[in-house]
Amino acid sequence: MAEITYRDALNQALAEEMDRDESVFLIGEEVAEYDGAYKVSRGLLERFGERRVVDTPISELGFTGLAVGAAMVGLRPVVEFMTFNFSLLALDQVINNAAKMGSMSGGQVTSPIVLRGPSGAAFQLGSQHSQACEAWYLHTPGLKVVAPGTPADAKGLLKTAIRDNDPVVVMESELLYNFKGEVPEGEEFLIPLGVADLKREGGDVSIITHGQMIHVALRAAEQLAKKGVEADVLDLRSLRPLDVESILESVGKTNRAVCLEEGWSYGGVGSQVVSVLMEEAFDDLDAPVLRVTQADVPMPYNKKLEAWSKPSVSRLVEACEKVCYV
Amino acid sequence: MLQRSSVEQELEREGSVNKPTMTMKTSALSKEELIELLKQMLLYRRFEEKAGESYAIGKIGGFCHLHIGQEAVAAGCITPLKKDDYVIGTYREHTQALAKGVPPEAVMAELYGKAAGTSGGLGGSMHIFGTDVGFMGGHGIVGGQLAVALGIAWGIHYRGGDQVCVCFLGDAAVNQGAFHESLNMAAIWNLPVIYAVENNDFGMGTKFSRVSKTEMSQKSASHGVPARVIDGQNVMSTYADFGEVVEEVRKGAGPQFVDVQCYRFKGHSMSDPVSGTYRSKKEVEDKTENADPIKILCDHMFDSGLLSPEELQEMDGEAREVVKRAAEFAEAAPEPDIKSLYENVYSEANPNGRLFFDGRVI
Repeated sequence: MAEITYRDALNQALAEEMDRDESVFLIGEEVAEYDGAYKVSRGLLERFGERRVVDTPISELGFTGLAVGAAMVGLRPVVEFMTFNFSLLALDQVINNAAKMGSMSGGQVTSPIVLRGPSGAAFQLGSQHSQACEAWYLHTPGLKVVAPGTPADAKGLLKTAIRDNDPVVVMESELLYNFKGEVPEGEEFLIPLGVADLKREGGDVSIITHGQMIHVALRAAEQLAKKGVEADVLDLRSLRPLDVESILESVGKTNRAVCLEEGWSYGGVGSQVVSVLMEEAFDDLDAPVLRVTQADVPMPYNKKLEAWSKPSVSRLVEACEKVCYV
Repeated sequence: MLQRSSVEQELEREGSVNKPTMTMKTSALSKEELIELLKQMLLYRRFEEKAGESYAIGKIGGFCHLHIGQEAVAAGCITPLKKDDYVIGTYREHTQALAKGVPPEAVMAELYGKAAGTSGGLGGSMHIFGTDVGFMGGHGIVGGQLAVALGIAWGIHYRGGDQVCVCFLGDAAVNQGAFHESLNMAAIWNLPVIYAVENNDFGMGTKFSRVSKTEMSQKSASHGVPARVIDGQNVMSTYADFGEVVEEVRKGAGPQFVDVQCYRFKGHSMSDPVSGTYRSKKEVEDKTENADPIKILCDHMFDSGLLSPEELQEMDGEAREVVKRAAEFAEAAPEPDIKSLYENVYSEANPNGRLFFDGRVI
């Protein structure tokens, strides 16, 4: 198995799917001549031409709407948001059109659209460029949302998302683009939506997380192990559909859970996981489920304050110890 | 003698040589074409009257925006299209769906919220779809459909087809960002889309001149999209002029912006009065009397010896009969099953994981 970066894994997924299916095209700001703001689309213009790799004006609402219309007539657009912060300008098209078109047309229309790009904070980019946007999309029936945390998951999930007949939001991470990992080869390497992955097995506490936070979780799990606490690190990978079975299985074993996410706490991914645990695993729980999230403030610029605001290894370790009563 | 449209008279009065406009070529229309346009407009008028009645007695709910007074826009702009051309509209779209070929029974059943409706009763008045005949939906967010139309035209361009996409919008939509984003991209990629403004001069109750410093016909200029002004009350000129635009676009002229000047005889929606604080009763009465598109066409045909009162009565009777049958069909159609609620939220059931979290068991 080749070891490649998260960026190249995404690039391979795009290239393979564009090769396989002529109706797939990539559209967004700087995706063609500039090779992508984060170089995810490097080389694709040369390979597929400007018909299928399309630079747009800075018009998020407009080109997202274009994707909705193109999907209505049988194409399979992949929209790149330079970052998901800018996708908020396109929310009307995503929520009111892409997500609802199937239902409000009585099934006459499908929206096989991928909306992808980096989400979450990098370093010192300030409040408007440092937000985890999962919750904006999760809330809406009609959308699917995935958040890969490794190169293999990035490739397998993006390929599946492109083949899916519904709108799929693929949340990548700026800090992971250079992260290397083993990625299976072959065009049919697909990871199904709605299947979580146990990234680490332990019996004492379940850390339930996704996206780049899995790396925070794995580091915390190492520290916990030194103190004699073994953690399951359950990578949800897919947030809607949500692999409820795997969540219940892990918590059924550990009887304790901590939800870790990059975004704000109110109405976040963890809120939903906690609801599921309350409704379906109440008798399994030996401690209240805790959440570790970003501080409930717009992300500050100051380095020290930013670090304090992000969910951290130490906060996660502390929460795990608390639910384990150690 | 054909009466000159108010638009033409106004243009002449202003002597605005720079104002883009079109010349009427109505004399070229055959008797058959005129009869077809008349039959369509009669159907649309009777259909909307019936929808209004059904709304008043609670058979139709929600918002319901009638097209009465604007029938010439649906007939004149859609008749020149081919079956595989596309039309996408606003929430005032019942008659445009009919014009593109969606069956009246299915539209009425959708208004009644029934399973036999175009969207199985889940769409309603504002969301009529007929994708099999190229009617790509009624859309409820002002301006949102402009970007979708851009994508439909992109799809045509991508595949190298010769279809066109006609996107209707209200006059108020030109103040949305979606308008400018869409026209700009349509222009840079030379896409086959016609943005047709149904300019009835009011965005709900707000007169256009109160919310725009510039005139409608200037709105597309900064994007390099040619603009035309056409008469949307005289169906003969609407049809002839719009038909010309369609053929230009089909030949590769790129996006076009058409200011179709018209007037709404009823309130913005069924819940509004016809006139009131924002326009006078006299204004509406004057327009209803002097600018009724059906009357304008009938007068011309009577004067030209192409129509007799008896023939008109017969055609009107046929239109009423079609509408009556549509309403009876809608009335008798079954309610949608609760299960249908979840069937099209996603296009297929996902084999893994959970998509719905409401905990409801059906």
